[in-house]
Amino acid sequence: MTRTTPAFFANVRQLTEGKSAREVATALLVRNAMVLILLVVICYFAYRSARFATLDNVTTILIAAAPFALIALGQTLVILTGGIDLSVGSVIAVSAMSAAWTAVRVPDQLWLAPVVATGVGLLAGAVNGLLVSRFSVPPFVATLGMLTAASGFAYAIGNGAPINGVPDGYGAFANTEVLGMKIPVLLMIVGFITFWFVLRHTTFGLRIYAIGGNSSAASLAGVPTERTRVWVYLISGGLAGVSGLMISSRVISGSPTLGQGYELDAIAAVVIGGASLFGGRGTVWGTLLGLMLIQTLNNGLQILVIPPYWQAVIKGALIAAAVAIDVWATRRTRS
Amino acid sequence: MSEDTAQATELDPGVPILAMTQIAKHYGSSIALQDVDAHIHAGEVLCVLGDNGAGKSTFIKIIAGAHQQTEGTLAVYGHNRRFASPRDALDAGIATVYQDLAVVPLMSVWRNFFLGSEITRGWGPFRRLDVAAMKRIAKDELKKMGIDLRDVDQPIGTLSGGERQSVAIARSVYFGAKLVILDEPTSALGVKQAGVVLRYIAQARDAGLGVIFITHNPHHAYPVGDRFLILNRGKSLGLHEKADISIAELTALMSGGAELASLAHELERAST
Repeated sequence: MTRTTPAFFANVRQLTEGKSAREVATALLVRNAMVLILLVVICYFAYRSARFATLDNVTTILIAAAPFALIALGQTLVILTGGIDLSVGSVIAVSAMSAAWTAVRVPDQLWLAPVVATGVGLLAGAVNGLLVSRFSVPPFVATLGMLTAASGFAYAIGNGAPINGVPDGYGAFANTEVLGMKIPVLLMIVGFITFWFVLRHTTFGLRIYAIGGNSSAASLAGVPTERTRVWVYLISGGLAGVSGLMISSRVISGSPTLGQGYELDAIAAVVIGGASLFGGRGTVWGTLLGLMLIQTLNNGLQILVIPPYWQAVIKGALIAAAVAIDVWATRRTRS
Repeated sequence: MSEDTAQATELDPGVPILAMTQIAKHYGSSIALQDVDAHIHAGEVLCVLGDNGAGKSTFIKIIAGAHQQTEGTLAVYGHNRRFASPRDALDAGIATVYQDLAVVPLMSVWRNFFLGSEITRGWGPFRRLDVAAMKRIAKDELKKMGIDLRDVDQPIGTLSGGERQSVAIARSVYFGAKLVILDEPTSALGVKQAGVVLRYIAQARDAGLGVIFITHNPHHAYPVGDRFLILNRGKSLGLHEKADISIAELTALMSGGAELASLAHELERAST
């Protein structure tokens, strides 16, 4: 299926045609199993803790989600083409270190920090993209190489140590409020809307689905598959760079361990959202659901003061269970 | 890339749409195709016959721009061309319908129809797909081919094999193809569905297109073909006009070719 509209509203007409209210309700529930699972999780936490369902806490969740959202969006594009980008966590680290290093060297030219962070991310993405498209290196291997190399660079920039003594103004990137929202949250919202539009309504988006769905058919139809692939990795890298800046700006320092393991949460969000790792199937709406499920679990388990190691166990088990239920529900609607 | 950028003399009916002379293709040291001559005019069907591994797919990949010939010339409307990519061939008016590679099964019918040549509206960053127009055109064009789909939004993977082929043919006709190459369009189909596809081939021919029809079934080829190219182990067994050959001779040539091949194989073994 290539539906990229929010699943909740899609095909309502088809669903309601000549059916009883009960049948319609069942169909809607089964079709949107992941929405339901998320609602159940939210209700459970709200029931267990008065602190969970407050505006303050929602803001906390959104701020924590923002850096993940950007790399999950990039990852959505990459996974839709049938690839994977394992390097985004390390690219966050090397971008954060580069930006912090720049801010320390030229403290009166802070505008350089976002330029450097994004530039470093784009550079990493360009290398990934060229390796995958021009040199036909499998995406898993190419970006695994980048993961290792970028992490090495991140350590090298600070000679193995974090970068401190960054000017206070550096914190403005993550903490300034625009339209009543902190910049990262605003970027996340703009990002989701933009990516939804691009995948649903542009030639570029259509071609990404085509490349993942049948790369040779796309190529024979005249789609520039190599160039499109390069763009996809470039976007993923660039977003990781922005994400790195936001994370390091939040803590007003740079550390080579920032972003470590983030790639797995980003990939998990995309896959929870129903994307196929073989490409051609997935939506921005799904990624949003996946991201929110992971972030809500992180936040809720924290609020319930569950020890971190048990948090990881519960989170892992719930993610696997959620996907199993979703797949089961989807299969039921088809048969 | 074009080696000759002069405007094609499309209106002169005496000039073939496509003429190939002494075409050869080597993959490293192995020879996939050698000394193949063929030509086709507008409103004609050229059938390419051969067993598996005869070089049929190499032959069409060269015309379609997916591979480049190692030797020989390929002329479109009398101008020598060498296609660097499928896009080049498409721009020259040559469209290829591959049996199993033609479509992206998960994508909707209209998205497949317009893939690679999407209609957009708006400007700059606000340029977006003109979904309504594309759906309408896809539906109309398919209707002309006799395929009436209630919903062009359904994944193309849900259509039958014959319908998928026909969508692909309708697509190339709509995008102004002068020459349509059909790669084994009937081989995976039942008798009735194959008949449907053969009828579309005749329709396309009558509309003034050139059709290159690849098959290993002489009974499918003979009724629609004007000219027959028979390939065997990468070599041409000749280009025959329909007037000069009967279906019995065509069938005999195909099987005779195979016998010759096995004889050569036996002799090789005897000598070592």
